[in-house]
Amino acid sequence: MPRSSQRALIGAGIALLFFLLLFPATRVHAAAPGQAIRAARVQREGLVRLRFAQPLERADAANFRFTEVAAPDVPIPVREVRVEAGNVVTLVVGQPLDPEGSYRIELAEPPLARAVRPPRWALLFSAVLSAALINNFVFTRYLGLCIFFGVTKKRDTALGMGATFTFVMITTGMFSWMMYQFVMKPLQLKFLQILVFIGVVAFLVQLLDTVLKKTHRALHEKFGIYLVLITTNCIILAVPLLNAAADAGPLESLALAMGSGLGFALALFLMSCARERMELARVPASFEGLPIAFALAGLFALAFMGFSGLSFFR
Amino acid sequence: MSAALQDPGPPPARQLILNGIFTENPVFRLALSLCPAVAVTTTVMNGIILGVAVLLVQVLSSATVAIARSFIHPRVRIPVYTIIIAVWVSAIDMSLAAFVPTLYAQVGLYVKLIVAFAIIISRLEVFASRYPLVPSLWDALGMGLGFLFALVVIGAMRELLGNGSLFGVALAPGKPLLFFALPAGGFFSIALLMALFNWMERRAAEAAGARARAAGGSHA
Repeated sequence: MPRSSQRALIGAGIALLFFLLLFPATRVHAAAPGQAIRAARVQREGLVRLRFAQPLERADAANFRFTEVAAPDVPIPVREVRVEAGNVVTLVVGQPLDPEGSYRIELAEPPLARAVRPPRWALLFSAVLSAALINNFVFTRYLGLCIFFGVTKKRDTALGMGATFTFVMITTGMFSWMMYQFVMKPLQLKFLQILVFIGVVAFLVQLLDTVLKKTHRALHEKFGIYLVLITTNCIILAVPLLNAAADAGPLESLALAMGSGLGFALALFLMSCARERMELARVPASFEGLPIAFALAGLFALAFMGFSGLSFFR
Repeated sequence: MSAALQDPGPPPARQLILNGIFTENPVFRLALSLCPAVAVTTTVMNGIILGVAVLLVQVLSSATVAIARSFIHPRVRIPVYTIIIAVWVSAIDMSLAAFVPTLYAQVGLYVKLIVAFAIIISRLEVFASRYPLVPSLWDALGMGLGFLFALVVIGAMRELLGNGSLFGVALAPGKPLLFFALPAGGFFSIALLMALFNWMERRAAEAAGARARAAGGSHA
């Protein structure tokens, strides 16, 4: 293994560690001896699944108090308690639960309490899928259309472009998130976001270009041309702008960057496959070139509307 | 005679403006800066807001570059242009947010993304960095008007077909073709309008060719 890639691996490891440290650890509350809540999870609408260490003695609804962390004084009514095999108890609560909210379950007897929230990986997964499919940058937000129509004539180019874009989107997304949260927000410089994000993107792309040229010659020859095109592209710039508008956390912004990068790569790949076929089709003279490509993109957009029903938890 | 041999100088103002609106219309002919053209044009009003924003940014940055063109070193010109555009986009973005908050809420992200428009930087590179202030202003005005024109046409078509209204005033009962107001409809509207422009151009070229042939025949 060349030393440069070792160094890159170490760098990636340090970055990963940094992000893991930012997440608050899940709180585990003290339990009565013997009995404990081993796991608690928000499931689909209105279902909370609890796993206990021992079989539960009192399994009536009055024994449970379920609240949202944001409003601890307003209990959410527990309608029904279903005792299942393996010390598992499922609560049916009176209102649909927010998959991104955090809740708290308290037991009167034995006195136990625990924070309840959907698993983080599932949130990340659903955010990635939502950015990639439901809110696909090309087909529902119409970003990056110039590149989209420009490079999808050949499949190889489209794949290379997709990979480069995904990588640059994740790097610039995370870097500008740090800039926004740690520099611009404390210093009240939010109004400079357009300038700063453009600067971040240009700086990182240039850095990547230089580093790649020095360390991985072959890779640079393959992807270098795309890197130059990226610098001021609306799709790259949209990720930090959307994250800043939503005031997203580190995990959310990573998910948005990754999801939209993957979604863009998918869109490029699909479109390039379709356009290679279209070379053989007989197109009316007025529609040749871009107009038919737009109609094709319209068909894809129509197909992607089918994903709008896709959701997790809800 | 000697004047004709020298640098022809900038084209006249009328030609520059018509050029931007028809011959080199940024959306229909050059296919540049398409993202907002599809995204925000569900109604005419949205199209006008974004079109005006682009027009202002184009004119202001062209003017800035034309004035400062002798101070900008050619090697750093692209970063400098980017910064100039970003400054004007920030200014326009904040003004729109302050003056028309309800409309801005619908087009906000795309106003910020004007900074990444290929059309603006390409006009700075091709025109404003070479000619003095006045022709650059005309050129920027032409391009901006061309963009505004395209957005209004697409917006009118989509609002009329999708919602049966224009400027929010109902003209037809119900929603004739809701499809055109949906995301996919934007792509189809642009495909149809582009094809229409191509068709008109081909008709014009054929007519000119036929006339030329007829004229040639009479001479022979």
